[in-house]
Formats: sequence, structure tokens, C-alpha cells
Amino acid sequence: MNKELKILAIIIFLVGITYWGIEPYAHSKMHPHHEPATFKYEDLKPLPLKGDAKRGAQAIQNNGCTGCHSIKAAGIPAPMDPVSASASYGVNPPDLSNIAALVDKKFLANFIKHPVKAFKLEHKFGANRPFPMPDFFGSDQDLADIVAYLESIAKPQEPRGAFEIACGRCHNLRYDKWTVIGPKPKFKNEVEKADFELKKAKYEANLKKYLGTTPPDLSMFIRSRGPEYIRDFVENPQKLLHGTAMPRVGLTEKATEEVIKHLEHVGDRKKEKREKLGPWVLAYFVILSILAYLWKEKIWKELH
Amino acid sequence: MAHFTKANSVYEWLDQRLALTKLWKVLAAEYWIPKNINFLWAMGVVLMTMFTILVISGIFLLMYYKPDTKLAFDSVNYTIMQEVWFGWLWRHMHAVAASVVFLVIYIHMFTGIYYASYKRGREMIWISGMLLFVTFSAEAFSGYMLPWGQMSYWAAQVITNLFGGIPFIGDDLVIWIRGNFYVSDPTLTRFFMLHVFLLPIIIMMLIGFHFYTLRIPHVNNQDGEDIDFDAEAEKYKAGLKRESKVIPFWPVFLSKDFFVLSVFMIFYFYLVFYHYEFAMDPINFDPANPMKTPPHIYPEWYFLWSYEVLRGFFFDVGPLSAMDMGLIAFGIANIIFFFLPWFDKDPTVAPADKRGGFFIWFWLMVIDMIVLTIWGKLPPTGINAYIGYLAAVGFLALWAALPAITAERRRLLWLIVIVTALLYIFGFMEYTKSLGNGVIITTTFLIFYLLFFLSPVMVKERERGAQ
Repeated sequence: MNKELKILAIIIFLVGITYWGIEPYAHSKMHPHHEPATFKYEDLKPLPLKGDAKRGAQAIQNNGCTGCHSIKAAGIPAPMDPVSASASYGVNPPDLSNIAALVDKKFLANFIKHPVKAFKLEHKFGANRPFPMPDFFGSDQDLADIVAYLESIAKPQEPRGAFEIACGRCHNLRYDKWTVIGPKPKFKNEVEKADFELKKAKYEANLKKYLGTTPPDLSMFIRSRGPEYIRDFVENPQKLLHGTAMPRVGLTEKATEEVIKHLEHVGDRKKEKREKLGPWVLAYFVILSILAYLWKEKIWKELH
Repeated sequence: MAHFTKANSVYEWLDQRLALTKLWKVLAAEYWIPKNINFLWAMGVVLMTMFTILVISGIFLLMYYKPDTKLAFDSVNYTIMQEVWFGWLWRHMHAVAASVVFLVIYIHMFTGIYYASYKRGREMIWISGMLLFVTFSAEAFSGYMLPWGQMSYWAAQVITNLFGGIPFIGDDLVIWIRGNFYVSDPTLTRFFMLHVFLLPIIIMMLIGFHFYTLRIPHVNNQDGEDIDFDAEAEKYKAGLKRESKVIPFWPVFLSKDFFVLSVFMIFYFYLVFYHYEFAMDPINFDPANPMKTPPHIYPEWYFLWSYEVLRGFFFDVGPLSAMDMGLIAFGIANIIFFFLPWFDKDPTVAPADKRGGFFIWFWLMVIDMIVLTIWGKLPPTGINAYIGYLAAVGFLALWAALPAITAERRRLLWLIVIVTALLYIFGFMEYTKSLGNGVIITTTFLIFYLLFFLSPVMVKERERGAQ
């Protein structure tokens, strides 16, 4: 018996070293360490002034925001359909109703002021290739009022809503029937289906021209990247994938968690079942092992 | 024709026609195994169970899997993992069993090496086992391609490309294997066929053959003792269970196996539910994309050691490119274990700890293969390239030295050690670029390979008298 335990210890030791070498150690060498996300956006300056939501409702019109953006919560429709908008701007500009529920307040103000800088896309856009959204030329008070207004109308978002607003105009999520032009509807006939596919293809082509690459479908990202990577990546894409066309979108920590929750629901739908079944199966084999040991002892007793 | 009488039960009726009682005796109740064994002797039954799990889970997966580059990824990751009732469980069980089966194969193999269970009549057990190892490897490689993820695609690209290194026919061979000029739909469909039909059939036949090879020489025991199985079996049947050195396969041997197996299943299902990422690499959850090379391409963990033997040769040697040198070593590494019974020149059957130099050889080999495995995954940059070279040359050197060690030919052993040391020094000079690949290193490699190929042929087996 002692000898067998010794053999087992040696095997566990050797397997342990090998496992450590090819998993944690090798992966730490392949993916260099980076600081985890803080969601503080420390490179950006906080708003100097206090805003007023009422004035903001007016300021958002005066400063031309609604020329491109819809605010459905205030009954302001989108000036163009998504495909035409993507033809003009590269991507469909977001509806502003719930933006402030997901995006950090400081980030939002800085983004409105200098979009490219807040997005960290200076390597993509500049004088030669202007970003579709211009810098803000209104007063700081207007800016503070607009942010206050957006905050006043924003409603808290469920995981799915957070994903659709934050990621869904660039990324498909086919395992959730989500496309860059909206949820995939039930088609009544082939014409409707072809029409939808054509719109989607046109939008994707415009998006590719805008970003230089087609953003990946995120259905399996929870398995291929894992929650920690997604979290850190969303907070600052350039840190983990230098030169990427993905902007820093300025989500709050909570909004990022909601997005991850949705990705987990879509890409690892059976996680809960898996974790529920696990203990039962393990308990079964623990009991079986005890019974098997007793049976073995009974039989081998006669042999020694 | 045999004489048939009226049967009094279904069993008797079948027994008259199929000789069930006799069959059971031959296969189990009076199939004799040495009593002097430890839990490592249960690995065969563990492997058999793992293979059964692979077949059964594979059948369920096969019902929904679609071998088409456009459909494969979603059929696995959406249909099976999300829609099919318990599809996720079958997939996790299949993937984890495919990985863990190699761990058990390696334990099984090194048990055979440690206890010298590959010689003096047991050569066919060893060879049939190695054939199983090779077919399992092909089965694993073809299976890894099926989900058509990023690593499925790029591993297929890299591995099929290796055949291009074969002189004269290489380029045509690569196209023939892929069924196209690049890895694509015909590649997937033919590897699908191999994975679900041809290779499993071959494996099943080989398993039967592997069992059969045990019949004549019998299973070895912890001390390598030469047991008279017939005499010991008579003792056991006469009720002298304590005195007899053998036990029947059923129920005695299996009762112990069953316990070991149950414990192993705790470990296995722990991995299935909570720790599957080592067997289901995250990168393979990205769909295959021929336009986007992943920054790190590596095989599954069980191929890493031979992959590192391939990569370890990082500099040209005379007329041969680094790739050629790697391919030669890689080719040798993949077949060398078949020849173990003939590299070992010591007729003694005893555990390694009773065999002096061989004991050291065994542990050096284990360490070297672990080093190869780990460095096979690390990026081959900086000093890692040289460490890989040390381990790869070390692997070949250990084999070259085995005949000298087991035949106790000290001077030959010293010669091999010196030549290997020279290769290490010259390799370091190549690493620091202070030696251009010249005549010296080419000659040293030539001598090294001469020693490698000649010593198993020229060195005579030791006298048997010692035992």
C-alpha cells in the first residue's frame, strides 16, 4: 500500500509539473501580463461645470446632435435608416436615449468634446481622414447641460440591452440572432429574407470600409477570450491589441459586467446546468469508489 | 458434428451452441494475472473505459455534427453545445477523454518501460501497443480538425505541410493528403471519414490484437519474476489462494481495477465539469480563418514533445536546412519507441530500480520528455530555442546511448556522451552566432547519427547468465 501511494505521489508530481509548464506558465509567456482594468479613465479631465438637464434638452438640439442621432425617448426619430447612415458615416450613429446608462459620465463629456481622443483612435483618424463626428464647438456649459440631459433620460439596461447599445452596431451575435442592423426578424417569405440579407451585407461592407476590417461575431467570445480579457479589452482596446480599429467606448464597470453577462448567456448557455450537474456526478463516483474499495478488500483478503 | 441434447434453460441452450462457459473461463474466470502487481496494472482497463466513452460520446456527437467548412463550427458550438439535450455534456466528455486518454497512454507506456515489459517474449505486446499509440495520435489529430476552429485549421495547415519535407514526393504528397492545394473543405471531409470510420475500426482491431498478444507471454509483474502460470493456476484452483502467485482476471484482478477506475473517474469528471480548458483550447472557439494566422500555433499537449524535437533544430547544418534537421529528428522520434526491445541489450526482466544504469536512463528520458513538452509550447524565442535544442538532441542521445548502457559498454557510452557534449557546445556557438554552419558541426552530427544507427545493430546483447 505504501509503495502504491509513493508511485501515485510521483505521478501526481510529474503530471503537476507538466501541467503547470504547458498551461499557466506557457500562457503567461504567450500573453504578457497587463494591469487589470480600473474603469477610471484617468487620462480624461472631469467636467468643470454642473449641468442642467432642462437646458440640456434645448442645447442638444441647438448644437446639431439630432442631425445625426435619434433620441427615441424624447420622440426624436433617426434621420436615416441604418444602411444609409452607414453609407454616410461608416457606422450607424447610436440612439442617445440610454447612452448615459452605460457610458461613464466623464468619458461622455470628453467624447462629445474630442471624439477621436476619447476613442483612442488617433492612429486611424486625423486631418487627412476626418472622424464622422466633429469636435464640439459649443460652450462648456452647453456640454455639461447635454450630459445632464442624457443622464436624466437614460434608463438602466438589462444585459441584452447593454450589449445591443454598446457593441451591437459593429458586432453580430448570431447565436442570439442579433445582427449589426438589429435583431433578425421571422421572415414571411424569401423576398423579405433576401431583402434583410442585402441590407445587412451593405451595412457590413460600409462598416468594413470604415474600420478597415470586419468586426468579429461575438457569439463565442466568452469561450475564446474569457470574461477577464473581455473586461480589460473593453476598457482599453489599444492596451491589449495595439493598433486595433476598435474604439474605447467608455463603458462603466457595471455596464461592462452586463455586456459580459449577456455574452456568457449567449456563448455558454449551459453553464448553470453544468455547474448544477457536476457535484452529483462527482458524488456518484465518490460513493462508487468507496463501494469498489470495500469489494476489492473483501476479495483480496483471501489472497494474502 | 457436436452432440446436442435437449436444453433445460436458455443458458444451457446457448452454451451448447456457443460454449459460453468455456469462453468465460478462457477470457476471464481462468485468465491468469500475476498477484504481485500495483495500481499501474489497472491502466489498461482505464484506457479501455476511456475508449468506450470516446466511442459512445462520439456516436451522439456524430448525430448532429456537419462535416462542411461552412457548417462545422456552428454545428458543434451552437447545435451540439446549446440546442441538443445534454449535447454540451457529450462534447465535454469527448474532448476531455480525448486529452486524458493520452495521459493514461503515457503512464501505461512508461510503466511498460519501467518494468521491462517489452522484451523476452513480450515484444509483440509492446509493438501492438505502439501501433495503438500511433493510431490514437492520428485519431486525435483528425478529431481536432472537426470543430473547424482557428487551431483546427492552422494545426492542420502546419502538420500536413510537414509532409512536404519528404524528398521528391513531398509537395505532391501534401496536395494528396489535403485533397486540395490548401487546407479546405475536402481536407475536412476526408479527415472526418478517417476520424469516425477508418481509424476507430483500426483501433478496435488493434485493441483486440493487443489483448491477444498478452496470451502467450502473460502479463509481467512488479519484480519481473518468471512465473510458471500453469502450475500457479493449479494451486489457485486447488484453493491455495494465498500460496499461488496468480489471480484470475475475474473477479480478483477486475475488482482492483474497478476501484482504480472509480477513483480515476472522479478526476475525469472533475475535469469535464470544472477544468476543461486544457482540453478545449479557447483559441479553437474562434472560427477558422485562413486569412488570419494566430500569433502562437501549437499542437495539443500530447504532441508537444515530438513537436519540440522538430522545432529544436534551429540552425542549418551543412547542406541541410534547420527544417530538414528537425524533420529527420521528428521522423525518428515518432517511430523510435517501436524499437525499444532492440535498443535494450540487457536480457534481464526486472524493474528499472534493479537495473543500474537503465534506472538513470529511464528518469533522464522522463525528464527530457517533460522538458520537451513544456518548451514545445513556449514561444521559441531567445534562450528557449537553445533549451529546445538541448532537449531535442538529448532525446536522440538517450536513444543512442541505450545499447551502450544496457550492454555495459563503458567506452562506447563515453564516446556518445562526448559527441553529445560537443553538439551542445557547437549548438551554443550557433545560438550566439559565433560559429557559421561549417564542416566541424556537420562532421559531429554525422558521427552522432552514425553512433545512433550503428550501436543498436553492432552492440551485442549481454550474456544471459547474469539472471
